[in-house]
Amino acid sequence: MNAVRRGLGNGLVQAFLVVIGLVWLTPLAGLFLSSLRSTQDSASSGWWTVFSSPGQLSFDNYSALLKNAGMTQAFWNTVLISVPATVLVVVLAALAGYAFAWLDFPGREAVFLLVVALLVVPVQIGLLPVAKLFGELGLFGTIPGVVLFHVAYGLPFAVYLLRNYFAEMPKEMLEAARMDGGSEWRIFTRLVLPVGRPAIASLAIFQFLWVWNDMLVALLFADGSSQPLTVQLQSQIRQFGSNIDVLAPGAFVSLVVPVVVFFAFQRHFVQGVMAGSVK
Amino acid sequence: MTATLVKETSPPVLGAVERARRSRRRARFIALLFVFPALLLLGALVVYPVLFSIGRSFFDASGTRFVGGENYTEMFRDPATLKAVRNTAIWVVVAPALLTGLGLILAVLVEKVRWATAFKLLLFMPMAVSFLAAGIVFRLAYDEDPNKGVLNAAVVGVHDAFTGTSEYPTARAREGQGLKAGADGSYRTSGGVSPGESVTLGLVGVAPKDLPGGAQPAYAAAGRKAAPDEVRGVVYLDFTPGGGGKQGKVDRRESGLPEMKVEAVRDDGTTAAHATTASDGSFRFTGLKSGSYAVELPGSNFAEPYQGVSWLGPMLVTPAIIGAYLWIWTGFAMVLIGAGLAALPRDALEAARMDGANEWQIFRRITVPLLAPVLTVVFVTLVINVMKVFDLVYIIAPGPVQEDATVLATQMWLVSFGGGNNQGLGSALGVLLLLLVVPAMVVNVRRFRRSQR
Repeated sequence: MNAVRRGLGNGLVQAFLVVIGLVWLTPLAGLFLSSLRSTQDSASSGWWTVFSSPGQLSFDNYSALLKNAGMTQAFWNTVLISVPATVLVVVLAALAGYAFAWLDFPGREAVFLLVVALLVVPVQIGLLPVAKLFGELGLFGTIPGVVLFHVAYGLPFAVYLLRNYFAEMPKEMLEAARMDGGSEWRIFTRLVLPVGRPAIASLAIFQFLWVWNDMLVALLFADGSSQPLTVQLQSQIRQFGSNIDVLAPGAFVSLVVPVVVFFAFQRHFVQGVMAGSVK
Repeated sequence: MTATLVKETSPPVLGAVERARRSRRRARFIALLFVFPALLLLGALVVYPVLFSIGRSFFDASGTRFVGGENYTEMFRDPATLKAVRNTAIWVVVAPALLTGLGLILAVLVEKVRWATAFKLLLFMPMAVSFLAAGIVFRLAYDEDPNKGVLNAAVVGVHDAFTGTSEYPTARAREGQGLKAGADGSYRTSGGVSPGESVTLGLVGVAPKDLPGGAQPAYAAAGRKAAPDEVRGVVYLDFTPGGGGKQGKVDRRESGLPEMKVEAVRDDGTTAAHATTASDGSFRFTGLKSGSYAVELPGSNFAEPYQGVSWLGPMLVTPAIIGAYLWIWTGFAMVLIGAGLAALPRDALEAARMDGANEWQIFRRITVPLLAPVLTVVFVTLVINVMKVFDLVYIIAPGPVQEDATVLATQMWLVSFGGGNNQGLGSALGVLLLLLVVPAMVVNVRRFRRSQR
């Protein structure tokens, strides 16, 4: 009797979770199917009508997107912003994280506490002053400007994460390396970086997604020729209905990259996002 | 002797001290080289801007006149900014609580199925998607037209499944042809009808192309005689395609109106019989007691089709955007709580099960209290994130509704850059955002210092 009841309960749980799963999947399916339909079809009927008339589906929107110079430029801009912003954050944070963990310099504790305090500083407060600063330096409206802003606001979390990870390394290991006469640089590249690989991977994935998905920073700091996909798409959202043939495939392209990263590096991804949620 | 001894030994000692000092200085120099690039960027692009914004928030729009706290009082006087403060408060009260609750329920339930990993992956995936892409996804889903927006399609589908659809929202009766309109949109015969009689109920206002498929001409049915205990009739479209025909008469080519609900109503207003018209518009009420009845076409025949919910209208736009936010963050809450769940002491749960506690009691009395620290972390993390929400609101709220959906981050943007051009007030809003996360900042620093002891 109890087993029957448990079986029934489990059936209900399964059904409930299946429904939730469908609810989660449906909006994405809607976006994908909409990206394969013409503007006229989208204006007159819902994407679910493709199940009864699959003739509506075609890759025309995607081939048009490939020929759309603004869109392809924006895609490459996204890459040109995300990759350097990720590499720079990882390199600078690894250097600083090692110094905070194992090197001695005056004010080390106090400066690191400041970095911890900066973890939650909202990006918004930097927009206006940095825009002025970049204006004077000639960085406003350029890709390097966008990259530097992302690096600066990515650093507190990155330094925090790597410093804590490096600090867990056994002291004997470092002392042995120093005894052998290795320079700090050698120890850093040959010992610390390899040992820190899991944390660095999580950090790199988190930072890459953060920058790839950003719209706010680029909205202000990028101009027409340096804007990434998110800003390019955002500029077309005002005429949502008539631009759906660009918006739907564009949004799909912009989300396919991070989703592929997600499935390729599930564990690092989840760890990175979990650790980064303090931001 | 001593002098010579000192003299003899001192150079090497001094040299060692000097060398040690020099190597320490060198080590410090190297350490500074390691931290310098990061600190330079943090100083120039994070610390300096924070100080600048705090200072700037005490000056007017152009930045020339010191106004003290005026920008901060303005924040609560300007209706648009006040709206942003209110909406952010709604976000903070609603979203983290819903997410933590939903995450907890799903984390507990998902452990009971074999495909838990696949489910977690699916729900976590939106965390990889940009707010912009999610915004476009939900602009599509929330479309007001039930033929285009999947959410309204579902709502209308459910609504119509319970109340039925009306076939003839545009149909009406001609003046003075035997039908009078009721206040509820119904039509009723003006004279009484007794069993054994037939009626013809002519309507207009239906375009021939809108007639239901399979509608047949009503002429033959209109001629049939009623038996002594029944009332017969036809409901027809009193319009002859191509002209001709006579008003108030069933002409040869005029079509019946199928699927129309008809009722026979007694004098006291109670319903004696129901019928639905056939494909030629005919209906009949059988087994009527003698007396006088009115034949009524209930208002539901003519109801406007249900159009669903205006998700992105001024009333519902904030809840709708919070819905999109749930789609993104539920997986996060579920996975984090799930990790906490996996770390719970098994024996406490087992002991409770042995004592005969049911699943609900275990959940309520053991799981939730033991999970409290994890739930707090999830909740606080979400509060911090929710206060800074920008992209979703900016993307999902359509232009005219933007001001109903505005939150602190979008308002700060609009005031500073999006036409407002008041950088004094903009800076003050930025500082307010910073002040709101200061408690989190303090908690982070404290927690770190404790972990170092």
